[in-house]
Amino acid sequence: MQPLRFLGGGAVAASVLVLGLVVAFTVGRFPVSLADIVVALWSRATGVPSGLSPAVEAVVFQIRGPRVLAALACGAALAVAGAAFQGLFRNPLVSPDILGASSGAALGAVLAILLSFGIFGIQAAAFAGGLVAVAAVYAVGSTIRSGDPILTLVLTGVVLGSLLGAGVGLVKVLADPYNQLPAMTFWLLGSLSATSPADLVPLIAPVVLGALVLMALRWRMNALSLPEEEARALGLPTGLLRVVIIAAATLTTAASVAAAGIIGWVGLVVPHLARFLVGPDFGRLIPASAVLGGGYLLLIDTLARTLGPVEVPLGILTAVIGTPFFIWLLASSRGGWS
Amino acid sequence: MTLAADNLAFGYRGHPVGRGVTLAIAAGEVLALLGPNGGGKTTLLKTMLGLLPPQDGTVSLDGRPLAALTIPERARLVAYVPQSHQGTFAFTAFDLVLMGRTAHGGLFARPGTRDRAVAASMLERLGIAHLSDRPVTMISGGERQLVLVARALAQEPRFIVLDEPTASLDFGNQGKVMRQIRQLAADGLGVLFTTHDPNQALGHADRVALLRGGGVMAEGPVREVLTPERLAALYGAPVETVAEPGGRTAFLPG
Repeated sequence: MQPLRFLGGGAVAASVLVLGLVVAFTVGRFPVSLADIVVALWSRATGVPSGLSPAVEAVVFQIRGPRVLAALACGAALAVAGAAFQGLFRNPLVSPDILGASSGAALGAVLAILLSFGIFGIQAAAFAGGLVAVAAVYAVGSTIRSGDPILTLVLTGVVLGSLLGAGVGLVKVLADPYNQLPAMTFWLLGSLSATSPADLVPLIAPVVLGALVLMALRWRMNALSLPEEEARALGLPTGLLRVVIIAAATLTTAASVAAAGIIGWVGLVVPHLARFLVGPDFGRLIPASAVLGGGYLLLIDTLARTLGPVEVPLGILTAVIGTPFFIWLLASSRGGWS
Repeated sequence: MTLAADNLAFGYRGHPVGRGVTLAIAAGEVLALLGPNGGGKTTLLKTMLGLLPPQDGTVSLDGRPLAALTIPERARLVAYVPQSHQGTFAFTAFDLVLMGRTAHGGLFARPGTRDRAVAASMLERLGIAHLSDRPVTMISGGERQLVLVARALAQEPRFIVLDEPTASLDFGNQGKVMRQIRQLAADGLGVLFTTHDPNQALGHADRVALLRGGGVMAEGPVREVLTPERLAALYGAPVETVAEPGGRTAFLPG
């Protein structure tokens, strides 16, 4: 009922995305002008030769293009999954890896590195690890019969997550400290620096699929975020919806972790920023989170590759921004989550 | 239409709360459920709503067991007003009432024009249209209770079940909510509510059921059932009666 807030908030989210796109394409060690990008894209679309130097075209299409798309997909995936999980678990301090998606993916990836798999093997192992971990958490959590199914599920996620973390620690101890360990560490901190055009389909396909499911169910997420019995009395088949939303959010999260490693905080911070812009109604929150998440990670990734002579891992930057934000959130959250 | 419990045993798995309960609420009628804390009132309500499965016996709507209905079907017939709303997010009053339309749309459906119109008219009906855009976390307890009643009405149900609708309200708001409950029955809904206050049953219900130790101690028209002796037995405490020459009575804890 606040169209101005929605229009205004939606416009802000969209401008962050546009700003992120422009900055990510133009800024870097090889500066490309906005006009060159427009010309390059136009020539690719129409087939008319652009007359640009091959170097510019290579930067736009081979180097920055895939990386921009990957950042967009990962940011949107994590933010949408975070917003959905915050509603599902009725807790705004929840992030998309609450059910062990990240720790499962991490174990899968470090094991694959230890066994000297190739890059696609590592991504596949991470993806599978994330899905298996969440399935295990869900299976264990739903066999435990206790009063609050949501709390049981979250606590099971925390407990199994720490077990998976121990597994990651063990693999790191066993790893070759000169070749494997640096790869593992870099992967565990998150990075998009190795993104190639071939990585895009296995990332974008599951993200789009999961996000479409969450978009389709977003009107029901409002009632689902109410206490369990209220939601059911309103006519919502809560058990079925929970399984579908967990599956869809895990799919987007696991795809993102498989492509870029563990990028924390995005799924926690962005839904809050989006809620600040468009309000708590999930009908608006889910699309706003997707747009804002894409723009946010584009800006962070541009910062990561331009800040110093060596790329800063994404997970470190998102944590540096996320931690003070989280503390501010805790301190100012007395009157409900608007 | 009648919402009926027949020889109902209710409780949680491995933890029975009550049994042998037979009750019926007809359209246009208000039934108050009275009893001490721990007597099983809330558990009985949840079973009557279909939120808990009966341990034995049946809850039925015009002879059709509640368990045979789908969750949305049930929500279009029986609505629930919880004791207090502890939502996580600061939805506006309008958005919260709009959620009452959940059972009227498909799983993927966006609330339509008619849904928005129903939500707006229910806010209007309860005299709280001016709260539409306010976050429910920022309004008073009494206003919030009215918003929850509006949400239940937006389900367009035949029966409405309220769990201690006035528990956390101040004196003035208690009267306001109880008058609305009376009005709902006048509009043709069957109403079931629990309360701690025998005077509320006396003043606003047609019939009353006394629930103690998981069983119905007495059930019938309020004037017949509510005697000081029965209330004393129900609560295990002395009860005083204040009577007005005009015929109005009130009970006081003795």
